[in-house]
Amino acid sequence: MITVRVRLFAAHRDIVGRPEVTLQMEPGATVGAVWEQLVAGYPSLGRYTGRLLYAVNQQFAEPDASVDDGDEVAIIPPVSGGVDRR
Amino acid sequence: MQPVEPFMITEAPLDPAPLVAYVQTPGDGAVVTFAGVARNHFGGRPTAFLSYEAYTEMATPVLARIAEEARARWPIGRVAVHHRIGTLEIGETAVLVVVAAPHRQEAFQAAAYIMDRIKEIAPIWKKEHWADGAAEWRE
Repeated sequence: MITVRVRLFAAHRDIVGRPEVTLQMEPGATVGAVWEQLVAGYPSLGRYTGRLLYAVNQQFAEPDASVDDGDEVAIIPPVSGGVDRR
Repeated sequence: MQPVEPFMITEAPLDPAPLVAYVQTPGDGAVVTFAGVARNHFGGRPTAFLSYEAYTEMATPVLARIAEEARARWPIGRVAVHHRIGTLEIGETAVLVVVAAPHRQEAFQAAAYIMDRIKEIAPIWKKEHWADGAAEWRE
């Protein structure tokens, strides 16, 4: 298993109650899988699926990007006033 | 005077003057300053104050990246973007976008583009604290 730090912001931090969590993932897991595992633990995050940006080690990343042991994964909820997500 | 950081996330009040001085070079005929200011209403509902949060380690380079995107589209000079976080009272400045260019059209267009992109991709979040005591993140 690999360990990733997951940074949480704004409404997500409120829902989870912490600014970051540590998750154990299968080797080769993707950013999307990190999100799915988070939603499994905190189902009220589920309404954000499809409205997120992701970052790995402070760089934007696609959901199919893989994560490595020790990576910092950031879940970026919709930003202030943003409408056109890209 | 302290050297100006062109891209910054800060809890301190924002001042446009050092940014205007920083961006202007002798080849520029235009300097556009946009200030985003905390407003006392949203969607008809009165707002008491705002708070902003950022993923600072990432937001600062994202601001620089957005400026480079603008530079790839228009012939502009220097750019500075400062975004405040923490609690902001009504009337306080939340963001400053300052763009210099040889000509005004490019400076206006680039400043508008940079502000739009900040709202699309910069990891910075705004929480509206309503006058009735409730609060919610703007999404």
